[in-house]
Amino acid sequence: MPSGTEAKSISDKDGYVLIADQVTKTFISAKNKVIALDNCSFKIRPGIVTGLIGPDGAGKTTIMRLASGLLMPDSGTIEVLGLDATRDYLQIQASIRYMPQRFGLYEDLTVMENLNLYADLLGIPPEERPARYERLMKMTGLAPFTGRLAGRLSGGMKQKLGLACTLIKPPSLLILDEPTVGVDPVSRRELWDIVYSQVKERKTSVLLSTSYLDEAERCQEVVLIHEGHILGHGKPEEFSKPLSGQCFMLSVPKEQKRRLQAELANDPKVVDSIILGEKIRLVLREPVEPSKVSSLFELANVEVMDVEPRFEDAFMWRLKKRMEEQGEEIHFRTIAHHKVSGSAGEDVIVVKDLVRRFGDFYAVKGISFSVKRGEIFGLLGANGAGKTTTFRMLCGLLPASEGKLMVAGKDLRKARAQARAKIGYMAQKFSLYVDLTVRQNLRFFSSAYGLTGKRQTDRIEWALDTFELKNMENAVSGTLPLGYKQRLALAAALMHEPDILFLDEPTSGVDPLARRQFWAHINSLAEAKVTIMVTTHFMEEAEYCDRVVVMRRGSILASGTPEELKAKYHPPGEDNPTMEDAFITLVEMQENG
Amino acid sequence: MFKRILALTIKEFIAILKNRKSRMVLILPPVAQIIVFGYAATFDLNHVGIGIYNEDTGIVSRDIIARFKGSKTFKIVKYISDDTQVAPLINLQKAIAVLHFHRNFSKEINTGRSADLQVILDGRNSNTALIALNYIQTIIADFNRQWSIEKQDMPPPAQLKVRSWFNRMLDSHWFFIPGIVALLTIVVTLEVTALSVAKEREAGTFDQLLVTPMTPFEILVGKSLPGMIIGTLEGTFIILVTVFWFDIPLRGNLLALYVGLFTFLLSAIGIGLMISSISVTQQQGLMGAFMFLVPAVVLSGFATPIANMPVLVQKLTLLNPMRYFLIIVRSVFLQGASFGLLWSQYVPMAVIGIISLAIAGSLFRKRLY
Amino acid sequence: MANRDTGKNRMRLSGLIKKEAYQIIRDPSAIGIAFLLPVILLLIFGYGVSLDAEHVPVGLVIEKQGPEVSQFISGFYRSEYFDPKIFPSIQEAERALMHREVVGIVWTRSNFARTLLNTSDAPIGVIVNGVDANQARIIEGYIMGVWINWLHQYARSKGVALQVPVNVKYRIWFNSAVRSRNFLVPGLIAVIMTLIGGMLTSMVVAREWERGTMEALLVTPVRKREIILGKTIPYFVLGMGGMAISVAMAIWVFNVPFRGSFWALSLSSGLFMLTAIGLGLIISVTAESQFVAGQIAIVITFLPAFMLSGFVFDIGSMPGPIQAVTHLVSARYFVSILQTLFLCGDIWPIFIINCLWLAGMALFFFVVIRKKFKKRLQ
Repeated sequence: MPSGTEAKSISDKDGYVLIADQVTKTFISAKNKVIALDNCSFKIRPGIVTGLIGPDGAGKTTIMRLASGLLMPDSGTIEVLGLDATRDYLQIQASIRYMPQRFGLYEDLTVMENLNLYADLLGIPPEERPARYERLMKMTGLAPFTGRLAGRLSGGMKQKLGLACTLIKPPSLLILDEPTVGVDPVSRRELWDIVYSQVKERKTSVLLSTSYLDEAERCQEVVLIHEGHILGHGKPEEFSKPLSGQCFMLSVPKEQKRRLQAELANDPKVVDSIILGEKIRLVLREPVEPSKVSSLFELANVEVMDVEPRFEDAFMWRLKKRMEEQGEEIHFRTIAHHKVSGSAGEDVIVVKDLVRRFGDFYAVKGISFSVKRGEIFGLLGANGAGKTTTFRMLCGLLPASEGKLMVAGKDLRKARAQARAKIGYMAQKFSLYVDLTVRQNLRFFSSAYGLTGKRQTDRIEWALDTFELKNMENAVSGTLPLGYKQRLALAAALMHEPDILFLDEPTSGVDPLARRQFWAHINSLAEAKVTIMVTTHFMEEAEYCDRVVVMRRGSILASGTPEELKAKYHPPGEDNPTMEDAFITLVEMQENG
Repeated sequence: MFKRILALTIKEFIAILKNRKSRMVLILPPVAQIIVFGYAATFDLNHVGIGIYNEDTGIVSRDIIARFKGSKTFKIVKYISDDTQVAPLINLQKAIAVLHFHRNFSKEINTGRSADLQVILDGRNSNTALIALNYIQTIIADFNRQWSIEKQDMPPPAQLKVRSWFNRMLDSHWFFIPGIVALLTIVVTLEVTALSVAKEREAGTFDQLLVTPMTPFEILVGKSLPGMIIGTLEGTFIILVTVFWFDIPLRGNLLALYVGLFTFLLSAIGIGLMISSISVTQQQGLMGAFMFLVPAVVLSGFATPIANMPVLVQKLTLLNPMRYFLIIVRSVFLQGASFGLLWSQYVPMAVIGIISLAIAGSLFRKRLY
Repeated sequence: MANRDTGKNRMRLSGLIKKEAYQIIRDPSAIGIAFLLPVILLLIFGYGVSLDAEHVPVGLVIEKQGPEVSQFISGFYRSEYFDPKIFPSIQEAERALMHREVVGIVWTRSNFARTLLNTSDAPIGVIVNGVDANQARIIEGYIMGVWINWLHQYARSKGVALQVPVNVKYRIWFNSAVRSRNFLVPGLIAVIMTLIGGMLTSMVVAREWERGTMEALLVTPVRKREIILGKTIPYFVLGMGGMAISVAMAIWVFNVPFRGSFWALSLSSGLFMLTAIGLGLIISVTAESQFVAGQIAIVITFLPAFMLSGFVFDIGSMPGPIQAVTHLVSARYFVSILQTLFLCGDIWPIFIINCLWLAGMALFFFVVIRKKFKKRLQ
């Protein structure tokens, strides 16, 4: 196809690059009918970055697949660049570019071979290629790696290569499905730079989805979507502005913060409350003078500060409103757990000079840290930083090459089976037996932990009740929404009331509400002096931890409380740095020597 | 401990049987295959075509041809009258053999001399050719004996009196169909076990299993039981079909047969789980299953006797559990064997089973990644 | 414009083929399957699979010694078919038969010498283990041969002409030495190639769906037929390479005579390879996961090709309905072509009919693949 269609796009009749008109799409899986999109209408303007924001399962991917002609709507129409996406999908596919969530890089092909494949598929004449490749490689910083297998690239580099493959033929509309998932903060920033350079230099229109709410603020416009419904459309600041005067930061004594946050979260006057390091962030329904906040909740020893609203606050506000309209009540529940015996200051997990080699590759290069009883301890880092390897060694799933590690005074790999009854483990991606029902999974895991008779029945009932799984108890686990899977996975790990809980990426992909509920559970466990070890690449989650270590390329870059790290790795010109800012500063400091 | 194993077994069963497609793959093919293969697997000839090239005008050749006409083994497809017609008949696989009676055939016999009957056989499948020749020779020998007694008034020389034990009519179905019991059982068992660990590794659930207080031994037992139960049920079904549908006599001790089935399943499950715990991905598990299954079937003595193999290959078959089980099924079915005759077969299978299970169990944890 | 389009089409197809080729090179297992596996399997099976009984353990029971008996017995020691062993009594020989130590018993009675030439009484009893009916029959034939030979010799020494009315004189065409290997090896090639075609391709489409690469392909201007061709051509080339190695081994390692023409072999191999790959691709596009694809591949490639292709079991002797079923197994046509090309030569009618069947099946398979292959999700 000649370049004619590429130029034509922006001059479409109404000036919109994508028009969705009353689009409905349902999926049928194993007797269940799932409504992915329910009568959605919106229009995307040209030449800007529009963010499609919503939790996992909201319908973001479905919209993108419909727009690129991979799916057909049940009813309604989708027009892309003035063409009907149902009828003219071949033409559309020639002038838009869509990058799916897990972009299909061939991991056993090199960077250059992947580029060549897509150049072939998109019909780029050989004589034009060197110039284009050069520009893309410069933009993505992949030039030194052209001969490397795509599978050997880090998560961030993979996404950049995916983007490069997508941009070989510059499209008029670029559709990106969660391009920053699983990418470290530094690469995340670089990906955004690439996207914006396309918009600036080529007037490309971009539709981009993300479940990271902080990224919404980087979009020029956002479409908010939840459970197949469009909740709003506008500039990100238009969403957050109305909440001015309703957002506060509370400084509270350290030992009270969890209990206080739990109380506030269930207060009817509160929209949202989360722990941010040693502070609590509070969003109220009505604007209040900062000085009156303490008296409103009868708080003592609390310092209140007025803060700017964020997009996430607005999102929570809309979500809550919508659920209330539907008659659903949000109540964050805590977990009743037996009080773990032993003194609080005791070291429960000790890691000393731990090394793990795979062949001649060092995944973990001699790290040391220790975790005290009742602490929430975070292992932070991007994919490939070595945190999962460390985690697996601690759980006894992988032998250490060198060094010492103790969990509850024992090396789990060598300890007798009974020692493992003290720990609970929630694997990445909430691995459950997908063919079993919720109840069958609980029954299985409780039996595996040796529970029998009445105690077993009691614990199963307890789990169904505490995690609100009762109405789903006979559903097959594989078909559950992600939030339910996460709750079930946590329930399975807690059946035997462990003293130590290992959580591997426990909230990746779940929506903000479910994440808050999850942390409400975890906080109550910590109150019962359960030791919690959690890995995450989500810098925001680090704020919930008492202490964290940041890993990169198998080594520990820094350790301490979130507040200490934020204070120490303070980016210049930022008064209120986030953990993510601190992480980027830390990495940059290290790279610059 | 038993509760834990039971819980794991139940979980495995649900995982195997919940998916409609895997359920179908497990149940349908064995049912269809026992029937189809049961009829297909035979070395007995049945109405195979032969051609008659008769230049003789006498009565003797006609008498002999009538005997061929009356045989169930052969079907006369063409009478030819010319040398040049022989080749096309054979080449095009219209006839497996052409019988040529020369001009003076009857005359020579009637005058008390020996006459030659020329037989040309298609050797493309030399086994079929030899069997056909054997049948032809039997028909001719019968004729000869009768002719000697009736016409020459002279008793024929002493005959060999051949008795075949265990299978009087030498019906090769009797040989193959009990073998199919082994064939289908091993396929089903491998299907159930060879991917079971690899699948959980890919899904991440195996890690969760390993952090529970379950010991490798308990996991091993829990993972083996479904294969054992499904294998026993399908084995029983196939045995029933063998006895009641195909009328193969079951002469020996049923318990001896089931002890054989049990040890066979043990060894097959052990090898399946071993393949599964070595593999990182399901795809590797599948390759492994293939790499074991194909040689195990071909070198088991199922279709071609182990005794005909070179010594080195014969030694190799000692590692093949199917080899032992085939002997057990056939001996119990046809020979009426009981425990006394079969110890030498049980023991190696049990050894293979225990060693491979031990390797599988030790690999659960000791994997590098 | 049209020119430019065909140029682009060709570019897309060659891009897909190159991609698949790189993947094959990077993942040594595919090359292993295509080249190493046929060599190993053919070596094991080619040497291991044989229907020619040699050194058959046979028990001899002699009730009364005598010159005639020793002369007769010596026939068994001279023959390479037998591995004789003397038992003092028939009971012990029978026990050995029960324990599978011998597969046959030859029992010379006390009246052996007396009743040799002039009675219809049997001075010799033969018992064979009939469990393996086919082997039993072959062994029976061998024993009969030793007996007849000796009888003729004996009669001649006594000056008597032993006469039988009809003497069967036979010639076995195409394989006069009656080597079973000559027909088993070409058949094995067909079975092994069915397996390899299925193994190579049964997972390649399911794999792309699982890894998410298919979705990325589908939103490019690539056409369905280009994806299918891009999957077929590389594995076809690979499979044909394996085929060439197998044929070479049959000719030079196993010394199977090759009497047909090279181009007929190439044409039919190509058609057969298309059916094998086509079957693998059908499994791959219908199965939703690699797991199910694998299970189906185990069930429908190996055993049917092994049992129903005519490679060991003669199709002509199967009951009618079962013969009909064998028409669904593409290996059956190739077995017939190979056995004919190797041992017999270019027999056109056989070649053309079987090739037509293969071509028809290949066509059908690819129509199904095209139909089943979804360019859209659902």
